[in-house]
Amino acid sequence: MKPHTLSILVENKSGVLSRVTGLFSRRGFNIESLAVGPCEEPDMSRITIVVIGDDEKIEQVMKQLNKLIDVIKVSDLTDSERVERELALIKVTAELGTSRAEIMQIASIFRASIVDVGAKTLILQVIGDTDKIEAMEKLLRQYGIKEFVRTGTVGILRGAKTVTSGK
Amino acid sequence: MKTGAKILVESLQREGTEIIFGYPGGVVLPIYDELYDSSLRHILVRHEQAAAHAADGFARASGRVGVCLATSGPGACNLVTGIATAYMDSVPIVALTGQVPTNLLGNDAFQESDITGITMPITKHNYLLKNAGEVSRIVQEAFYIAGTGRQGPVLIDIPKDVSTGLSEDVKLPEKVSLRGYNPTYKGHKRQMEKALELLDHAERPLIYAGGGIISSNASAELVEFATLASIPVTTTLMGIGCIPCNHPLNLGMLGMHGTEYANFAVTECDLLISIGARFDDRVTGKLETFASHAKIIHIDIDPAEISKNKHADVPIVGDVRAVLQDLLSLMKKREAREQWLKKIRHWKQHHPLKCPTNGALHPQFIIRTLSDLVKDKAVIVSEVGQNQMWTAQHFCFHNPRTWITSGGLGTMGYGLPAAMGAHFARPDVPVFDIAGDGSIQMNIQEFGTIAAEKIPVKVVILNNMYLGMVRQWQELFYDHRYSFTELPPVDFVKIANAYGIEGMRIESPDEVLPALQASLDCDGPFVMDFRIEREENVFPMVPAGAAINDMIGGHPQS
Repeated sequence: MKPHTLSILVENKSGVLSRVTGLFSRRGFNIESLAVGPCEEPDMSRITIVVIGDDEKIEQVMKQLNKLIDVIKVSDLTDSERVERELALIKVTAELGTSRAEIMQIASIFRASIVDVGAKTLILQVIGDTDKIEAMEKLLRQYGIKEFVRTGTVGILRGAKTVTSGK
Repeated sequence: MKTGAKILVESLQREGTEIIFGYPGGVVLPIYDELYDSSLRHILVRHEQAAAHAADGFARASGRVGVCLATSGPGACNLVTGIATAYMDSVPIVALTGQVPTNLLGNDAFQESDITGITMPITKHNYLLKNAGEVSRIVQEAFYIAGTGRQGPVLIDIPKDVSTGLSEDVKLPEKVSLRGYNPTYKGHKRQMEKALELLDHAERPLIYAGGGIISSNASAELVEFATLASIPVTTTLMGIGCIPCNHPLNLGMLGMHGTEYANFAVTECDLLISIGARFDDRVTGKLETFASHAKIIHIDIDPAEISKNKHADVPIVGDVRAVLQDLLSLMKKREAREQWLKKIRHWKQHHPLKCPTNGALHPQFIIRTLSDLVKDKAVIVSEVGQNQMWTAQHFCFHNPRTWITSGGLGTMGYGLPAAMGAHFARPDVPVFDIAGDGSIQMNIQEFGTIAAEKIPVKVVILNNMYLGMVRQWQELFYDHRYSFTELPPVDFVKIANAYGIEGMRIESPDEVLPALQASLDCDGPFVMDFRIEREENVFPMVPAGAAINDMIGGHPQS
């Protein structure tokens, strides 16, 4: 059982996301993270889903996804050389004159940027893979995280290989 | 310029539709107005569920796409059980539903329900139309999706303003092409060669034949393949009819209520060739012991079925018929596997299905009498429960598409409306609905349809005043505690008569043949109320979760 990153190319039509996510819940597959957006083809969207399961279960998910008429292509990026990124926004308690400096130090170690400075809070923006974001969250927890927002993982294959419709 | 409703009716006809089953209502008025002087035949059912089942029965009996039509909200929701039934058994139907006008969508308008949302998990695909200009293209796509690949139901939701909206004729492509839908028809050559190598080395091969053979019209190829390679065949509930019942290689049905010899053969075979079947739990019983000595070849058009429940050593994805044709062209005739066939003959001889004969009215006897009477000249539809299992076991089916039953979903109330649909596919032969007193009452209002439309369905009610199959489980596994399974007696003949249908009550074995003959002699529909042994059970039986050679109600092991 390990996380698998699936890249799913779909028709850019209303209801497609609900077909895809409905299939996951109906067949008892848990979605760890989900990211959706338009892609290089104007009439398609790309969904990146991270799902945990053994190889057989993941194979079954992919086959079931492929059966959806609006799904054009499904690829499991997990065993390939790939880049995976997630963006997180973290609102941390940081009263003036208290731990602000420490937090800003942590941010710089993680190459996070400070995108909002308030009287009582800072908002940090961090980009990285899941491990990095979770490590940073863990460190910031002691200062008090007021809100934590994540985009979900997106992934892309390294080199010339692509997940496209093959046209 | 034409209205969406007119384009819809023309598009259905363009796809070869001659008959639709439906029920009118508010937002489908424009479509019904178009049907009023169309040559498309419309059968008015008494409940929308029956329209879906009738379209399904038509599709199964004909091999063509069946069509049903309902209004929005309650009408559409009433189709749901019928659509789910078709989905589970991979039956090609196109369900048309009315919808509130697009400007009211999502507004909780009168008789609005999100039917594309509701049917998402039980359709192969569905559509919500947005304008009249897309009607013809989407009807074309819907028929294509329903009737190709692994077949299944497709729903088209049609808002009222799409029906009344105007559009020019749209030029349609000759062939539908969808970038997200490319079924594999040809089997992989290397995989087929591997399968034949396994077959060459097998001493005790067995074909496990499912409904995929019926839907791909591959019965002739299957029989040729089995005969040429000398392989016995067991069929699933859905596969019945793909090989004649009296063919020497046919072992009948396997699984929970399968024949003892079929279940023995599965347990002892060293190669299982699954063709168009999906290792359903009612077939396999305990998965770990199912064909546990066998290598498995799995032929199916749906890649998602391969290794879903049971690992396939040699998977072949493709249309069952195309694959069998290729296998036939690649293989040589092989001498009979005498030892294996001898063993099977021995099992058949010593473990036949039991047909009690003690003077009482037994359902098995009724089914066998009907089978002997109509032979291969009938279509037999069933409801769900004991009636279904007795028919599957004791009726001798000779041809594909003559046995129509709800397998996957197990829908009580399926039989009568499906029989109506089957009649329009096969008007040349009598159509029987084998029912129980429980299931017939789930869609008994369709007596109204068969009476009004003079649809000559012959209804055989095996009346034991119980929900028999559930009662059987309560007897065997719940200490005879018959919790809510006893039904008060109903005079079905009177009900039939009230609708203007002839009927007859039968209480002893010597009345069976005359009654069945009378039903055949009657031009119209006919209802027979057989008062059978009340606590007759379906045997043999594999208890849920047990190994399939672990049957109760069979013969002592020799």
